[in-house]
Amino acid sequence: MLERTAYAFRLIGAKVVNGVWRVGQLARFFALILLHSGTSFRRLQLTLREVYFSGVLSLIIIMVSGLFVGMVLGLQGFDTLQRYGSEEILGVLVALSLVRELGPVVAGLLFASRAGSAMTAEIGLMKATEQLAAMDMMAVDPVARVVAPRFWGGVISMPILALLFSAMGVLGGYLVGVMLIGIDSGSFWAQMQAAVDFRRDILNGVIKSVVFGVAVSLVAVFEGYDSDATAEGVSRATTRTVVTSSLAILGLDFILTSFMFRG
Amino acid sequence: MTRTTVDLWVGIFVTMGVAALVFLALKVGNLGGGQVRNPYELTANFDNIGGLKARAPVKSAGVVVGRISSIHLDKQHYQAVVTLQMDGRYTFPKDTFATINTSGLLGEQYIGLEPGGDPEDLGAGDVIKKTQSAVVLEKLISQFMFSKAEEGAAAK
Repeated sequence: MLERTAYAFRLIGAKVVNGVWRVGQLARFFALILLHSGTSFRRLQLTLREVYFSGVLSLIIIMVSGLFVGMVLGLQGFDTLQRYGSEEILGVLVALSLVRELGPVVAGLLFASRAGSAMTAEIGLMKATEQLAAMDMMAVDPVARVVAPRFWGGVISMPILALLFSAMGVLGGYLVGVMLIGIDSGSFWAQMQAAVDFRRDILNGVIKSVVFGVAVSLVAVFEGYDSDATAEGVSRATTRTVVTSSLAILGLDFILTSFMFRG
Repeated sequence: MTRTTVDLWVGIFVTMGVAALVFLALKVGNLGGGQVRNPYELTANFDNIGGLKARAPVKSAGVVVGRISSIHLDKQHYQAVVTLQMDGRYTFPKDTFATINTSGLLGEQYIGLEPGGDPEDLGAGDVIKKTQSAVVLEKLISQFMFSKAEEGAAAK
């Protein structure tokens, strides 16, 4: 009995220690990426290629999701607001929830599963097939040549994707609210403009999406670089990327929101 | 420098991002229209501001002429000191009357300005002297109840 309890405690302790260890590694890896970022900007072509892979190729899923999230918000918001006879503020509801929260967060989650997982799998596979080791042998730093451009590509893409998500969402809300339900188009936009502040709402949303971009890209390249050099290791690293970065997005979102929108 | 298709796509991507930001800023947000131009500050003291919040609009004849920049309590007189950031295009006479109104039944509260007849205008840093507090619903109800009770007592 006692032995079993001791075992359980040991297991929990090992998990915690391991977690702290990984956080430390992650921080060191972040510093390493920043140190080796020179190449990604001197040879911009490398970074642009990664913007293409993580940003441009995510466009469709982000824009379609944004449109549908906005349309659903329009329908649900209308259903609730009409009970209080204030359908005109549907635009405010749609715009504020998208710009402040849903845009950065949902785009971040989609980005993590669409682009983050691909980044991890790519780097992990490069490691498994010893391409990274080969680069090292040829005196090409794999962090500078492979990791940093992917990281910066993700950091650049994420805010743009979040902005597009929000914009498409507002259009979706407009489609449902004005075209389908028949709210007055003038009051839809006017109320929205009166309530949405550029600095407080839109810029804070952009800041959020930059933070999420850094978090997701960092976790993705770290998990890939750190993965076991086997097929199973790569698959586990990919799963860990999606889980860790999704949780990181939600946790960071709470912290950022409590700083930005309290009081 | 060689041009590749990737460059084109990234260019399109970034342009779309900028377009989305401009759309959000101008069409969804209030950058461009709602900002107060050449602002000057006025203050007004109220006995009770009810649910008035910073950033609420200041209106005159229904037109937004400024925003509330801050609210704090004057420790000496226990009055609420409201700082108004006024649009530089509009000036108001010295004896302007400031009231706290509510837009709609449940809407947000705002400050309404009713200009008086003084030939001189309020300048930056001036204080609006004539103010009317917010209507607090509980006070209104209790006043009504007391007056009803008094009526009842008088009738007996």
